[in-house]
Amino acid sequence: MSTNSITTQKVNFKVFRFNADEDYLPYYENYTMDITSEEVVLDVLNRIKWDHDGSFSYRRSCRHGICGACAIKVNGRSTLACKESMTTMIEYFGNEITLEPLSTKRAVKDMIIDKADFWDKHASVTPYLVADIDECPSCENLVSPHDAEELNEADLCIQCGACHYACPVVEINSDFFGPAAFVAAYRFESDVRDSDGNRLINVNEEKQGVWDCAKCFECAEVCPKDINPIDKITKLHQMAFKKGVAKNNVATRHAVGFLHSIKKHGMLDEGGLVLYSEGAHIVKHIPVALQMFKKGKIVMPWNMPKSDKLDEIQKLIKSSSTVKF
Amino acid sequence: MKKLKYALFTGCTAKQSTPEQMMSTLAVARKLNIELIELTEASCCGASHLQDYDDFLSLVLNARNIAYAEKHELTMVTICNTCQLNTAMTKHRLDKNPELKAKVNEKLAEVGLEYKGTSNVIHFLYAIIDDFGLDKIKELVVKPLSQFNIAPFYGCHNIRPSELHDESHKQKENPYNPTSLDDLIIACGGKNVDYEEKNKCCGFHVELQAPHTAAVLTGTAIAGATDQNADMMVTPCPLCHLKLDTQTKSASEAIGREVSLPVLHMQQMVGLALGCTPAELGLKHHVTEVNFI
Ligand code: SF4
Ligand code: SF4
Ligand code: SF4
Ligand code: FES
Repeated sequence: MSTNSITTQKVNFKVFRFNADEDYLPYYENYTMDITSEEVVLDVLNRIKWDHDGSFSYRRSCRHGICGACAIKVNGRSTLACKESMTTMIEYFGNEITLEPLSTKRAVKDMIIDKADFWDKHASVTPYLVADIDECPSCENLVSPHDAEELNEADLCIQCGACHYACPVVEINSDFFGPAAFVAAYRFESDVRDSDGNRLINVNEEKQGVWDCAKCFECAEVCPKDINPIDKITKLHQMAFKKGVAKNNVATRHAVGFLHSIKKHGMLDEGGLVLYSEGAHIVKHIPVALQMFKKGKIVMPWNMPKSDKLDEIQKLIKSSSTVKF
Repeated sequence: MKKLKYALFTGCTAKQSTPEQMMSTLAVARKLNIELIELTEASCCGASHLQDYDDFLSLVLNARNIAYAEKHELTMVTICNTCQLNTAMTKHRLDKNPELKAKVNEKLAEVGLEYKGTSNVIHFLYAIIDDFGLDKIKELVVKPLSQFNIAPFYGCHNIRPSELHDESHKQKENPYNPTSLDDLIIACGGKNVDYEEKNKCCGFHVELQAPHTAAVLTGTAIAGATDQNADMMVTPCPLCHLKLDTQTKSASEAIGREVSLPVLHMQQMVGLALGCTPAELGLKHHVTEVNFI
């Protein structure tokens, strides 16, 4: 790049400051800086420390998107500081930029957070290979390129936590393992050498497991390594059915219920799906259902609309189904 | 301008729990002189759940829906964020992977169909903004919504994954600072309300398995809009609408605060500004009453 294409602009930074040892409450400090089009977010953190306040604290090590230490939030968006260019951030958010730790409620000092919940959850999914491998093998344990592809790049995760602290469910349901732990679970579950029998069951348990994901795609959007955690979550769902560990519960019936409904009507029978998924627990939906009924929002079974050419749909379901439950 | 014409994939809710969404889509299309050919053969898209069970089957069924749009040689429009996600995701995966496409087509051939990849898939929100044009909508407004503060609720699956959005639609949408719905509110004469939850999740897809999570997400969204003085919310997604309109009781309980706001479908808002009657727009089908008109 020739130097004359470097541009500079003024940016106002609002920076989260907090020292758990001294401060009762966090506060925000303002800094205005000239930012060049070549700088990344980490450069800004460095400049705050070097030019403005030596006590400013943040984590970083590799500066190459490898160690996963430097993730913070820029205007609420999880960002790997050493990878994200300021130009993109300005394009996203304009010239008023707020820098905060990944999770303000877990802040220890400025950008540094206590990531204990992240590591605990990571440790809960057996994030290592469970295999009976000869310690002194006579030849290498070969994994074919085709089998290696099955990992779908889950092995590239740097545990930065960007997805974990962007996930709305992590904030509400403290048992939920979160997208990064699921990536780790998938990484070993999809490894042909692995023979662990509990990991998949564990990540399919209610409350903590994959079925509590809200499918919001925040994790896919933020991951600096383009790992697409929700894609791995979807694959863990599918594995649970394929390997026969899916339990018969409201979540799995909800997924399977779609098939039954499409077979019958081509379309989804909304009431039928809730009934099939909930079973006797359907009663808890009655008050809302009654309100909806009064407003003409519930179609009676005998009036269920059907897709035209339903026979085609049924034929395809017969020939293209790949799973049994 | 050449008359716009699309293949309409209604999805399932438009035919059941949100009849007002179907009515208002057709009413707005009439006002804007947009022709919609309904794909009556289409099946359910699987609503992002069928693929958890059987990925290949979900691809085949969605490819079949698109194949019908291709037969008409028309762009497919969806009126539900999750339909948009599932359909555009199918298209993305098949177009990127010739081997997978061939496998799917092998199945479709059994019923005399083929997925070619010739029809684009866009949400109706972007059809009227990008193809019809905000300026032209503005010119047609007869009842500007000028006395209202309107909070846009974008819904996850129109804006994330942004890669999918950007390859399907003409204009990019920033998932952290989306603007299309805000622009549409302004074009209709309303005042757009900025609030933190506008691009967040409503919780619809975990409603059954994790009711508390879902209720907190819904409650927080309505509370966020309320605190910024919104008179109402507006959304392009019927699933978000169901959540925000019908689940206020559980949402209020979950966040420990009474919340409730009228919620319009994007089409209803445009319809009101263009002079459609409340009856045409199905306003009586809301659980949280729309009582300001
Ligand atoms: S898609 Fe699921 S795991 Fe990913 S951020 Fe959303 S709720 Fe969390
Ligand atoms: S999946 Fe991506 S965002 Fe999440 S921890 Fe790993 S690298 Fe970070
Ligand atoms: S906002 Fe709600 S209904 Fe809309 S796409 Fe997200 S989860 Fe689905
Ligand atoms: S400093 Fe190592 S990932 Fe950013």
